[in-house]
Amino acid sequence: MFDAIAAWYAGLGPASFFNFKFLPKYAVYFVHGIEYTLLLSVVSVLLAIIPALLLALMRLSKNRFIKGISGAYIAVFRSTPLLVQLSIIYFGPFSVIRLPVVQLFGFVDISRFIPGVIALALNSSAYVAEIFRAGILAVDGGQMEAARSLGLSKWQGMKLVVLPQAVKNILPALANELVTMVKESSIVMALGMQDLMWGAKTVASTTYITLAPYVLAAIIYFCINFPASKAIEAVERRMRRGDQR
Amino acid sequence: MAISGETLIQVRHVTKEFSKGAVKALDDCSIDIAKGEVVAIIGPSGSGKSTLLRCLNLLETPTSGTVHFHGVDITDPKTDIDLHRRKMGMVFQHFNLFPHMTVLKNIALAPTQLGLCSEEEAQKKAMALLERVGLADKAQEYPIRLSGGQKQRIAIVRALAMEPEVMLFDEPTSALDPEMVGEVLEVMKELAHEGMTMVVVTHEMGFAREVGTRVVFMDGGRILEQNTPQEFFAHPQEQRTVDFLSKVL
Repeated sequence: MFDAIAAWYAGLGPASFFNFKFLPKYAVYFVHGIEYTLLLSVVSVLLAIIPALLLALMRLSKNRFIKGISGAYIAVFRSTPLLVQLSIIYFGPFSVIRLPVVQLFGFVDISRFIPGVIALALNSSAYVAEIFRAGILAVDGGQMEAARSLGLSKWQGMKLVVLPQAVKNILPALANELVTMVKESSIVMALGMQDLMWGAKTVASTTYITLAPYVLAAIIYFCINFPASKAIEAVERRMRRGDQR
Repeated sequence: MAISGETLIQVRHVTKEFSKGAVKALDDCSIDIAKGEVVAIIGPSGSGKSTLLRCLNLLETPTSGTVHFHGVDITDPKTDIDLHRRKMGMVFQHFNLFPHMTVLKNIALAPTQLGLCSEEEAQKKAMALLERVGLADKAQEYPIRLSGGQKQRIAIVRALAMEPEVMLFDEPTSALDPEMVGEVLEVMKELAHEGMTMVVVTHEMGFAREVGTRVVFMDGGRILEQNTPQEFFAHPQEQRTVDFLSKVL
């Protein structure tokens, strides 16, 4: 029985779904790939938070000009492909700004990582801004009115009364954005950033095992994102239950 | 009609339009509020009562006309409205307590944040005020644990913590279960007896008659009639007033 399975596995061709023979030798590509992808995604979303809050507040401003700037930014970044944005940022500003080729943790090349993070953060801030805006708008308007009626300024009302309540709406959506980012960031491979997808591609082209490295990449992405989104759902449900109490 | 003669709020020719003039909520309203008065604003729904009240502390910006508070034109964009709002407490129909803070924090928030007193002093004052409305035991509760009547009494206390010179009430009992209306009116009555200047948009005719020093009747965005409660209810001058009173009394 065991021999039969071993023989079947040994006989698997390069295009087979289950041919994971590359693993013993090339597992490190996937380990570094996972780390790279997670680092890229987390840093990008974190960097996006402050600009996104600014964009959201600008979008909610009464001043047409300020509102317009924020609206235009969000429209541009949401209506063009991420790969295009990435390419423009990489070959535009970062062909002028020369970053030193420094390896972080031994495998993160700063000169590619930083443009990638900035592009992803700029893109993400457009989406996160809409998350913030929706979260702020979901807070009852009477809250700001009550704050203002006590003599608090608009900013104090926002900071002390509205935002703390909006966080509850924002956090789950922000976590979902992180899940999206883990998937979407696979596009940075196109610019030679060594994320999980790049690892899969490199292994495939080195070993001539064309399919299974991508299958493994898919399994890894799934194993990160599926539990994460389930956890977010559970937290969301608990928060909603808290509301009804 | 003024009680002490000193005018606190002076509203002149205030008009408020919504939806770019499609809706005229207020149409050329002028009124004076003197210190110590308890003015009850009544009228059918949609008559502009709440809009007029909200124009007094500029939660609603008049389309035209002026509002003076202590002789200062607060409708002037150069006026720092936040400074004047401190002296005008407001109580809302839906309480608008801050759900993420304890009762004590709700009350102490504005005085401490605005640097009027220390956290400790603010809490001490808040406790004293809570004592007055019989809710000292709720200081550490969150608003979600309170009944409507308790919430509204705390909303009143929260406004009082700023030591306002006038209190604006926007249908303070309309969202309450009937058995809780009394406890809120009781607090308001006490306030009135202590000499607080009050402007109250209300459907409680009993309160208007008993506590009010003046009743203002509004319809269609205009102030149609105003008088002392005795005169107003006994001898309404306008046909619209007569019609309205016949429906609500």
